[in-house]
Amino acid sequence: MAAAAPSQEELRGLYRELILDHARNPRNFGKLAEPSHLAEGINPLCGDKLKVYLQLKEDGQIADASFEGSGCAISVASASLLTEAVIGMTKDDAVGFFSAVINSLTGTEGVKNFDLGKLAALQGVREFPARVKCATLAWHALNAAIHDDQQTATTE
Amino acid sequence: MSEQEPRIAELHAAQPGDRRADFPALDQQINGHSLVYLDSAASSQAPTAVIDAVASYQQNDHANVHRGVHTLSHRATEAYEGARDLVKSFVNASTRSEVVFTRGTTEAINLVAQSFCRPVLKPGDRIVITHLEHHSNIVPWQQVCEQTGAELLVASIDEKGQINIAELIGMLDERVRILAIAHVSNALGSILPVRELVEKAHSLDIPVLIDGAQAVPHMPVDVLDLDCDFYAFSGHKMFGPTGIGVLYGKEARLESMPPWQGGGDMILEVSFDGTTYNELPYKFEAGTPNISGAIGLGAAVRYLQGIGMDVIARHEQEILDYMTSELNKVDGMRLIGTADEKASVQSFLLDDIHPHDLGTILDHQGVAIRTGHHCAMPVMNRFGIPGTARASLALYNNRDDIDRLVESLNAARKIFS
Ligand SMILES: Cc1ncc(COP(=O)(O)O)c(C=O)c1O
Repeated sequence: MAAAAPSQEELRGLYRELILDHARNPRNFGKLAEPSHLAEGINPLCGDKLKVYLQLKEDGQIADASFEGSGCAISVASASLLTEAVIGMTKDDAVGFFSAVINSLTGTEGVKNFDLGKLAALQGVREFPARVKCATLAWHALNAAIHDDQQTATTE
Repeated sequence: MSEQEPRIAELHAAQPGDRRADFPALDQQINGHSLVYLDSAASSQAPTAVIDAVASYQQNDHANVHRGVHTLSHRATEAYEGARDLVKSFVNASTRSEVVFTRGTTEAINLVAQSFCRPVLKPGDRIVITHLEHHSNIVPWQQVCEQTGAELLVASIDEKGQINIAELIGMLDERVRILAIAHVSNALGSILPVRELVEKAHSLDIPVLIDGAQAVPHMPVDVLDLDCDFYAFSGHKMFGPTGIGVLYGKEARLESMPPWQGGGDMILEVSFDGTTYNELPYKFEAGTPNISGAIGLGAAVRYLQGIGMDVIARHEQEILDYMTSELNKVDGMRLIGTADEKASVQSFLLDDIHPHDLGTILDHQGVAIRTGHHCAMPVMNRFGIPGTARASLALYNNRDDIDRLVESLNAARKIFS
């Protein structure tokens, strides 16, 4: 059975003011001077490309994070929100957060007792299956960067 | 009606804009709006005639071809070979042996690269293509160059998306083993002056392959008149099924080429001392072919012939002109691909809205367009953009579709303003 069509409200839910704001004025945009970790994410379907840079302290805390690249409003806003969210987290917390965000965007598992904060604004993509990969792209890159995975992360 | 001359009424009925009812998929609601399908360059919808032909074959006539004495096998063979005859007449090939069924344009080009070019290419040889090619008319040549040490030359395009003819002609010399060019660009809509280029290339004995995937559904194509050596196209872009396409090749060229793949159907006699290959076109059709696909393609050809390709070309030109002028009225519009000679396709950017976002918002209003690089990344790099939104036409589109497109673009601007 076909899923119910997204409503006008859901479209507005996808392009919320917070998302549009981060897409127009991405935070933490650009290279870090001396990143300790970095990874690139590519969405082969649409050609979106993002690089996530991390500056980790000895104790594993993320001192700084940034991203650069080009993409649609959803992927840029998601990357911008990501950098804001993970600065100050420990690397283990960031990995946990990564899983929680992916689950909440793909809707594979209910996310219980997890406060996504501003990131909840991205949940509008759940009504737009074709756009989920845009929202998760930066997160896959984050995960790859933390794990020092030199390979380019893809959404596939 | 009674006051009208019957001839005019007849003409009117033959207008392809009124043919929407032939295409059941067009008659549906998407996200609460009636579907406006503007993505035929990626894949076109099929008319009932094609759907029925495939279904009837599956229901009544299915069997393997060329190998049974029983009735069903005979019927399947007749229908499969009948489709070949239809294609032959559609593109005006000289003989049916010049029509090779493939999986599509991509496979047809790979066949020529591997069977026609690879055996003779050596370091120092050249292959010439253009900057506006689809990846399927780039990568097979890159591969065969890697395999043989030959070199790939790329003729540039200008700001309008037209190839630089003088530069291309300047690349043609005795080192060039093949010129491979699109008839119509899928990303930009530019029509290439293929006839003139074939003539120029032939004056230097250079064979020419034309990628006709975006031409065949939109205009009359006559391979004899073009005099090209090879012409490739896909069924699913001309209202037929997926998984079937055509390589037209001049008989003498095809005769000179070794088979590409080995297996059943492509042999006359097999023994462990050696194998004799079958005659054309079967030499290039190893294994059980896509029988239902070919039958569907044949039905599509018959459907198109029933309307007339010149009628279709005129209709689409009118809708394309209307689309171009209406899009130009939208604030923040940047058209990509503004060649003097164009067919069926318009790429564009709207303000700084990413094409992907535009695609979602349009889909939400029932308008289907393609967004992204359209398998032509070099074209996007040429214009310094990551991708475009692309509206592409077919015989079933009309002015209402264009009005809906423009309406939905204005709605998108509101969301992003
Ligand atoms: C100009 C052009 N060439 C080649 C192709 C490849 O066709 P197919 O994928 O059917 O093999 C396409 C289709 O996208 C095209 O537009």
